[in-house]
Formats: sequence, structure tokens, C-alpha cells
Amino acid sequence: MIAVSTSRFQYPTPQVGFNGSFYPALLACTNSCCRALTATLSRSTFTGLRCKECGHPYEASARHVCEDVCFGPLEVVYDYDAIRNRVSRASIEAGPTSIWRYREFLPIEGDPIDVGTGFTPLLKANRLARRLGLRNLYIKNDGVNMPTLSFKDRVVSVALTRARELGFTTVSCASTGNLANSTAAIAAHAGMECCVFIPSDLEMGKVLGTLIYNPTLMAVKGNYDQVNRLCSEVANTYGWGFVNINLRPYYSEGSKTLGYEVIEQLGWQLPDHIVAPLASGSLFTKIRKGFEEFIKVGLVDEKPVRFSGAQAEGCSPIAQAFAEGRDFITPVKPNTIAKSIAIGNPADGPYAIDLANRTKGTIAAVSDQEIIDGIKLLAETEGVFTETAGGTTIAVLKKLVEQGKIDPGETTVAYITGNGLKTTEAVASSVGEPHTIEPQLASFNAAWERAQSLHRASWEPIGA
Amino acid sequence: MAIQVLIPTPLQKFTADQSSVELEATSVDGLLEALEGRFPGILARLTDESGKLRRFLNVYVNSEDIRFLDNQATALADGDEVSIVPAVAGG
Ligand SMILES: Cc1ncc(COP(=O)(O)O)c(C=O)c1O
Ligand SMILES: [Zn+2]
Repeated sequence: MIAVSTSRFQYPTPQVGFNGSFYPALLACTNSCCRALTATLSRSTFTGLRCKECGHPYEASARHVCEDVCFGPLEVVYDYDAIRNRVSRASIEAGPTSIWRYREFLPIEGDPIDVGTGFTPLLKANRLARRLGLRNLYIKNDGVNMPTLSFKDRVVSVALTRARELGFTTVSCASTGNLANSTAAIAAHAGMECCVFIPSDLEMGKVLGTLIYNPTLMAVKGNYDQVNRLCSEVANTYGWGFVNINLRPYYSEGSKTLGYEVIEQLGWQLPDHIVAPLASGSLFTKIRKGFEEFIKVGLVDEKPVRFSGAQAEGCSPIAQAFAEGRDFITPVKPNTIAKSIAIGNPADGPYAIDLANRTKGTIAAVSDQEIIDGIKLLAETEGVFTETAGGTTIAVLKKLVEQGKIDPGETTVAYITGNGLKTTEAVASSVGEPHTIEPQLASFNAAWERAQSLHRASWEPIGA
Repeated sequence: MAIQVLIPTPLQKFTADQSSVELEATSVDGLLEALEGRFPGILARLTDESGKLRRFLNVYVNSEDIRFLDNQATALADGDEVSIVPAVAGG
């Protein structure tokens, strides 16, 4: 297809004629207006936005709430017949090894900003499984996502692609750290202006991992919910694309790819149970939307999947509401080392609770100490160093197994959403120290002796 | 009892594009009524049929979420700033 020939990859040509009759006429034309038109008519599969609460329709512009009726969140609407006609397992497998292999399911019109985001490893976690008493455990490792080592690269790749299509030249976000890293990096790649906002108490790695891309970084003296409120007010007056505010409907769709990839990597099957961290609750509900869409277009057979969510006790408004059987959120003021998921007023909380209830999953919270232990457990058993959000997920996984809420034979996927090198402060005092020695064999011999006895004291066998 | 109210973009069509308005009220509920008095139609957007604020709207008095205060019964004093903010995704 001419329209996408400037991108790195050749997309499979649609097989059946959704707008197919346009191709012959436009193939010959290379001027830019026709390219844009071809891209619009032939490529996009989404038709607009719709209120998730009351169903009121809106056009696909930069807006995020149902302003004509109920203030509910807006969601992207697709033409699933068109998608069904265009995609097959084979066409997806032939696509790029990034989230853009699923571009028919994403709300963009033209060429994507492709920085290699997505298609991260799905590890069969046998050693961790044995330690926990499970048999079919997988780790979806977005701690090695590109370019900034968290799942946020997925949502930002989609949001900035759409931002560019909508004509924004400056992009922004309110972030607990990872989103700022991702927005700053991908904006740099795309040549967009960038101004991002974070709470002022974030970890060094998160702050530096934003500054290096040279955006304007605002460190706000307050918690994330205060940063978010400020940004909503900034968004009212500055004509910027805020990925998590006015671009939210597009942004959040990016997380669906975490659902698609797991299906594909499991050999085109759904898992039985997933465990994922919850901050605003968006990721959790979008994994589900990803599963549902693949069922809807016939790419995978339907089966029930349980959804369980993980929060830190120091910021667990969704887990608290779940435990008390409430369907509304009472906001809290965060106090936890799991800063990346410290959102006290989670916008998608009610949907996350509903999802856990409907699928017979659960939502649980763990202490900061359990989070640190979770980070270490995953590192020691699987060689995966995750940040505090991942530690929360592993700690909750362990807790659910202990409470009998995960069947040992279930195919369970734990979503690891961020990288440990960004939150070294959290574990710095619990990882021991190197043995500092002289460059002499005797010094090594003595130190090795000491190391062996220390190791014997703490050693606990893992399986046989 | 002059209260400064910050109006989000989606509601500015009711306020003739003003992003901030000044009203008299002694509680959040009273402020909602005063808003409707000045800008007819706005109340139906902010609250449901029973008069409760819609669940995807956050209201802050001097930067504090009213759910940490007395919800809609939260008292207001001269010079208070109230912001109305639709929920947004995270983090
Ligand atoms: C590493 C990590 N995991 C999970 C989340 C949760 O995302 P959501 O707000 O979509 O629930 C975040 C986002 O803040 C994050 O940074
Ligand atoms: Zn609505």
C-alpha cells in the first residue's frame, strides 16, 4: 500500500473490500493531500468516541469526558466488522514486532510513531512457580519495554501518534514517574515540544529518566492527585495535548496490547487468571478490553479469565472498596514506597472493582515490606528486576496463592509493568553489600569463606 | 461570602467561556444552587437526578477533595476557592 510506504514496515494489505474500491484510484496519486486521504479512508478502523456511562457519541477529537450529559469517561468506538475483515492470525504474525502489529485495533489514522514499543517477553516462570506452589505461571515482562522500560511506552506511543494527527505540537502529562519518562522520550523522538508534571518526591531514576530527554519538567510540591488537578486546570487554558487528560481515550487504548500479546504468546489462547497492578485502574480494564476484542473478531476462543488486581497498602482505595463490597471509591492520601502506583483518587476504580467481581477475581493490598520481598523474590527466582509496582504484583500473587485464590494448575499471567533500576532506593538497604577485597588470592579466599557461611545461613532451597 | 469557582473547559459553554466565576455561598450545595441561578442548565451536568454530584466529577475546596471534608455539605468561607475537575486517568 502506497499510503504506508514511508513507515519502517509493510503492513499486510486488507483482504476484503472495506473501502477497497478506493485503492485503485488513489494508488497512482502521490501528492500529500491524497496520501492523507488514503490513510484516513483505508487505514483507520475507529469511528469516534462514546461515553462509557451513558453511550452518548462524540467525534474523535481531543476530549475525554461526556460533556453533553454525564461527565463519564469517553471511549474509542471501532468498526469491528472492518477489523474482522482485515486481520487474521497470519496477518498479525507478519506484522512488526511492536504494538503496531495490532494497529487495526488502535485509534490512529496514519503512520504510527514506532519506537519499537511492545512485544516484550512472556516468560514461563518455573522457578517462581515452584516457590509459590503453582504449575503454570508466566511473567509478562514490560520492565524491558522500549524506549523507557515500562508499560507506559505502549500508551504514550498511541497517545502521541494521535496527538500529532490532531495537530498538537506540545504534549504533556501528569505522572507518577513512568509516564513522564515515556512522554519525554517519545516526544523527543517525534520532535514534539514537551512539558511534564510529577510530584516532587519521586525517585532519582524517574526524575533523571525524564530530564535526560530535555523536556520542561515541573516537580509539583504535592501528591499525584494534586498534580493531576493542577494539570486539569492547565489543560483548560493551554492548548496542549495531555496524554492522560484530553488524549485519555486514545492513550488508554494502548494498554490493550498487553492483552493481545499475551494471547498471541500463549499460542493464541487466553490465560485462566491474570494479576496486574492498579493505580488509576486503566491498565487493568484495558487488558480485559484487549481479550474481549480478540474474542469478538474471532482470533481466540472464548473462555472465562479471572482478573485480580494489586495495590500497595499505603495507597489502596480500590482494594479497600473491593473488600468492603462498595462500588464507589473513597479517595486516600498515598503513603507508600510504590510511588508509581500511588494514585489516591483512581478514575477507573469503579470499573476495576466491577471487573474483579464479574470475573471472580480479587483485589488485594500488600505492605511496603512485602513489596520489597516481592521485588527480591522475582529477581532471585527469575532474573527479572522490577520496580515497586512489579513487587506489588508479585507480593499480591503470593498472597492470593496462600489464600487459595489461585488454583495451582491455572495458567496465570503476572504483569510486570516497570523496571527495578528506576527505583533502586526502594531496595538499596535490603540487598546486602559487595565483598570489597584486595587484588590478592588470599584476600579472595578469606572473603569467599565468609560469603559461603553467610550464604548458608540465609539459604533456603528452591525446589529440587 | 465571595467564592471563586474554577470552571473546567467542558462547562465553560455555560459560563460564556469564563474559566473562573465569583459567587456567594456558604456550602458546596449552596454553591451548586448559586451556579444554576447564574448559569441555568449547569446543575443537570454537575449532579444526577437526586442532586448528588456525578461520580466522575471531583470537587475541591482550597485544593482539598470534598470527600476528605463534608462532601456536598462542606462549609465555605469568604475567599475560598472551589475547583470542579473531571476525573482523569493515571500515572
Ligand atoms: C509501573 C506501573 N505499573 C502500573 C501502573 C498502573 O497504571 P494504571 O493507572 O493504568 O492503573 C503504573 C502507572 O501509573 C505504572 O507506572
Ligand atoms: Zn455520558
